[in-house]
Amino acid sequence: MARMKFLCDADRCIECNACVTACKNENDVPWGINRRRVVTINDGKPGERSVSMACMHCTDAPCAAVCPVDCFYTTADAVVLHNKDLCIGCGYCFYACPFGAPQYPKLSNFGSRGKMDKCTYCAGGPEADLSPAEFQKYGSNRLAEGKLPLCAEMCSTKALLAGDGEIIAQIYKERVVKRGYGSGAWGWQTAYRETIAI
Amino acid sequence: MSFGAHLRFLLSGLLLALALAVAAPAGAQQINPTANSVREQQFLDALKQNPSAELRGRISIPDTRAATLERPAGRDWRTFHQGTMVRIGAVAVLGMLVVLTAFYLFRGRIRIEAGPSGQTITRFNGFERFMHWLTAGCFIILALSGLNVTFGKALLLPLIGPQAFTNLSVAAKWSHNFLAWPFMLGVALMFLVWIKDNIPNLGDLRWFLAGGGLIGKGHAPPARRFNGGQKVVFWAVVLGGAALSVSGIYMLYPSFSGGVLDMQFWNVVHGIVSVLMIAVMLAHIYIGSIGMEGAFDAMGSGEVDLNWAKEHHALWVAEEIEKGRAPGATLQPAE
Ligand code: HEM
Ligand code: SF4
Repeated sequence: MARMKFLCDADRCIECNACVTACKNENDVPWGINRRRVVTINDGKPGERSVSMACMHCTDAPCAAVCPVDCFYTTADAVVLHNKDLCIGCGYCFYACPFGAPQYPKLSNFGSRGKMDKCTYCAGGPEADLSPAEFQKYGSNRLAEGKLPLCAEMCSTKALLAGDGEIIAQIYKERVVKRGYGSGAWGWQTAYRETIAI
Repeated sequence: MSFGAHLRFLLSGLLLALALAVAAPAGAQQINPTANSVREQQFLDALKQNPSAELRGRISIPDTRAATLERPAGRDWRTFHQGTMVRIGAVAVLGMLVVLTAFYLFRGRIRIEAGPSGQTITRFNGFERFMHWLTAGCFIILALSGLNVTFGKALLLPLIGPQAFTNLSVAAKWSHNFLAWPFMLGVALMFLVWIKDNIPNLGDLRWFLAGGGLIGKGHAPPARRFNGGQKVVFWAVVLGGAALSVSGIYMLYPSFSGGVLDMQFWNVVHGIVSVLMIAVMLAHIYIGSIGMEGAFDAMGSGEVDLNWAKEHHALWVAEEIEKGRAPGATLQPAE
């Protein structure tokens, strides 16, 4: 099985936010929640870079470790998913996540975060693959259809890569060697405790 | 322009293009666009100076929280919550239970030495008992529902299964959120009503030096309405309750705190204070029930046996008799 990862080539990202929009549309993401976002660092300064970020599907995921009801699970493709029927909306995964991925729809009452929502790597949830219940709770399940997450698939500059970690690392390495520079795979050291040696 | 001029122009253009093309790779190598772009490693190095640093940038969506690209500080909180917190909690709760069991086996139930007198004296009025039980009832549910967050998945989840455990945890979370308010009210009331009897004084020091009459045989120095040990419980409840309230409110209302780093901090405060307070309360519950004959009545009916009162609160009994609020006109100070 593959070890699925995301890699954003910040030297290619043009901050068009198409990945953000595609994700919202593909997964019918609730109002107020962004499973993916594009952050520009050093905005307006030399060396400005934009990075498209979502849940990185960490190795030894911190969210899963701190969850008081153990609602997370890791798929055979190493995608970190959670079960909304078990989630109690306590907010602990948001405390633990290094990328601020988990979000909660606001409910009216105090202390009542809704059930957590985050990027599923377009891999749905625990319900039967491609069932309406799965779509309604988690969004689409492109992986079950043999496709990659839509954000990466439709990225116009191919800055955002999704797929098996070794393959996308290889693609990135070749790019860096060819063009002679690369600002590194953002988030990899934090999420996977490894970086891409070139 | 003549044809020759045209040709020369074209040729020079071509030559220029060629020259540029030849120079281009060299130029690209000189201008390295990433020479000063931040890399993750630089950020991780900066974290060594300030472990709670966040890397924020600019975003074009309205949710400003999304502007944080990376915040590895969650790692430290995870280590605390999955390790330190569980250990402190287990040591505080189990440790106290062991101590109390050992104490019971070693010292046994503390009896009224002179035996029950049959006469009683009012120790706590209805309102005092109401605020005590309001606080105590809320506390027990808050403690159990809170401990469920810390230990539930290790202890309960394997027993009752995921869906039942989630249902229970949702109920626990709602009870925790709602009972927090009457708990705060109870603590505030106890603070106002009992503070005048809980100012520490030299007598308390002597009481502690004598082991509070719990350790060894002899009698503790006479106490007024509350003895040194009870004052410790009072201040543990008032200060601990205040700390739990403040930290709890910060966790309930994320918008009050400055962000997730603050919430991690308040969670640590809340977790540590709560298990310490649970340990103190276990001791309090022990001595107020099976640990000491006659003690429960104080909060049960509010009427305690006169001999019990004389043995534990001689100065208070004397004061009450003076005020004409106690049975038996004669004052026999229990030494
Ligand atoms: C006074 C008002 C209180 C408020 C507003 C409050 C609020 C909270 C909140 C919001 C949480 C986070 C967990 C969740 O949302 O599910 C929490 C956790 C917790 N609370 Fe309270 N609480 C209060 C009092 C208490 C008391 C009296 C105790 C018990 C002595 C207690 C023990 C705990 C424990 C053990 C946790 C879990 C800590 C952890 O493992 O992270 N709380 N509380
Ligand atoms: S990025 Fe956050 S939500 Fe995703 S696996 Fe890592 S800790 Fe969990």
